Amino acid sequence: MAIFLPLSAMVFFSFMTELPLSGKPWAFTLGNYAAFFSQSLYLTLLLASLRLGLEVTLWCVVIGYPAAYVLAKVLKGRSREAIFLLVILPFWSNGLVRIFSWAMVLREGGILDTALNAVLPFKINIDLMYSYPAVIIGLVHSYVPYMVLTCYLTLQAIDDSLIEAGRSLGASRLQVLKRVIIPLSMPGLVAGAALIFVPVVGSFMEPRILGGRTGTFYGTVIEDQFVAVFNWPLGAALSFILLAVVLVILAVASPVLRRAA
Amino acid sequence: MRMPDLTALLTATAVFTSALAFAAKADEVHVLNWKGYGADEPWAVEAFEKATGNKVVNDFFNSEQEMLTKIRTNPGLYDVVMINAAFNDQAMAGKLIQPIDTSKLPNYADISKDKAGSPMLVHDGKVYGVPWVWGLTALAINEKSFDKPPTSIAEMWDAAHKGRVVIRDDAVEAVQFGAIATGQNINDIKDMDAVKAKLTSLMPQIKTFWSSENDWNQMVASNQIDIGTYWSGSADRAKTHFKLPVSLVVPQEGAVAWLDAFSIPVGAKNVAGAEAFINYMIDPKFYVEWVTKVGAPVSANTKAVEALPEDAFNRKVMGDPEVAKRIQFQAPITDAQREAYLALWQQLKVDVK
Repeated sequence: MAIFLPLSAMVFFSFMTELPLSGKPWAFTLGNYAAFFSQSLYLTLLLASLRLGLEVTLWCVVIGYPAAYVLAKVLKGRSREAIFLLVILPFWSNGLVRIFSWAMVLREGGILDTALNAVLPFKINIDLMYSYPAVIIGLVHSYVPYMVLTCYLTLQAIDDSLIEAGRSLGASRLQVLKRVIIPLSMPGLVAGAALIFVPVVGSFMEPRILGGRTGTFYGTVIEDQFVAVFNWPLGAALSFILLAVVLVILAVASPVLRRAA
Repeated sequence: MRMPDLTALLTATAVFTSALAFAAKADEVHVLNWKGYGADEPWAVEAFEKATGNKVVNDFFNSEQEMLTKIRTNPGLYDVVMINAAFNDQAMAGKLIQPIDTSKLPNYADISKDKAGSPMLVHDGKVYGVPWVWGLTALAINEKSFDKPPTSIAEMWDAAHKGRVVIRDDAVEAVQFGAIATGQNINDIKDMDAVKAKLTSLMPQIKTFWSSENDWNQMVASNQIDIGTYWSGSADRAKTHFKLPVSLVVPQEGAVAWLDAFSIPVGAKNVAGAEAFINYMIDPKFYVEWVTKVGAPVSANTKAVEALPEDAFNRKVMGDPEVAKRIQFQAPITDAQREAYLALWQQLKVDVK
């Protein structure tokens, strides 16, 4: 009850013409949901956000999975603890602090630009700030710990003797990875991907701060409805459409993923 | 949960929150304003408290809509609220603010006649808002990027500044800026297509959309931008307070002007304290200190502006009759217009992705 009450209030709002708080007369309507389909802009943005979610998830797998493997299977004892702490540390810091620190690194004349120019013999100009790659970098940095953690847990649970058995039966390292390690750690990968994909699709803070004029996404439009024009009903309706789309994607993907797992 | 339980729960919550709201003490003045906008300056609060014995309790809002909702949902909590003149009408119509007895405000007599008599603040001969400060949404430049300041709004479209132009992420401001660039009246935009076309051609120039004063100042400090829309008070603050190479340009095509005023909500617990606070806010002494220490927009009180040094920006530039001729004051906007502006603005932002 305590979990669903606030959310169900939002479902209720999404069918209203006016917010009851505003003191104006209100009625029930489907207009807020119709608004999504009447303008192509919402669909364009939703697709852009889904693409962003996929790209960020992919990068998190590319970076997070090997890191988790090294943590679980290569490092032992103290060094594992130290690296583990380093992975988790950004996770504990405030999201805004993380984003603004990236802003310092990525901008022209920023830390990355200055450092590279100091080392390289030729002059290069790095200005990643206010661009799509900046949004990806910021989001991957924020969400990669989820992937490392979930994959680490499943990788650690794999019995080393299984890997040894595979090797002794003549499998190459690549075959062991493909036939033993990846299938056994699939639940971790899937859980990590779902944990990352869903919030990234709705993200608004990172695109707004790091994205510049390319930083308009589905999440920022929802934020505008809540904050700028105070149109909670439309904002809520847009959020629930996103929720529905995400649920459909997860539902369609789950049999495939379950078979893979 | 059965229905009666739910009703009881909601009633209990409502009673509880209103009990909290009414806990305001008689000698406290509850002020609702933007954060960092004069009324919450510690030295000002201290001076006012010492002079009148009233304790100031500040609360803040992040948008006009939020401000209206705060007064609506907390009747009796606030004594003074700062309302942009363009929203005064809406607040009065919603019976959120009460008429002010200006005879209790000695400084009211010094407020410039055109501001005090503004039809946006005076309804049926009753004063619903005391003009406080006014300012412009004009252009500001990074002095390092210009040998001499530009005079035309067209500078924003100059290919030389591609990727070094900023504009505020605000639909109303952007559309009104487009209206000025196409030579239209900001309060009566006849040719919306022209505004859209003009803004569409501006979008590729843009580096980012700023939302706070801090964004703007940071970008100038790290020399990332040349020119952009900015508020007059903020440009002044950037120069005097933060020592940044920023100067304001009021383009020949004109600029958007706004007027901020203080009102007293219906049901205010401490009307006498509210009157004293408003009177203090329009006092020349407070104003001069605010401009010198922090940087501020232009006071509506003529005596306060005259108390500034001859060459002060708020007196020399903003008081220039030539500037006065070019500017257009923002009039109230309907909710339907606001939604339409937002739809246009979002479309522009999506098209440029």
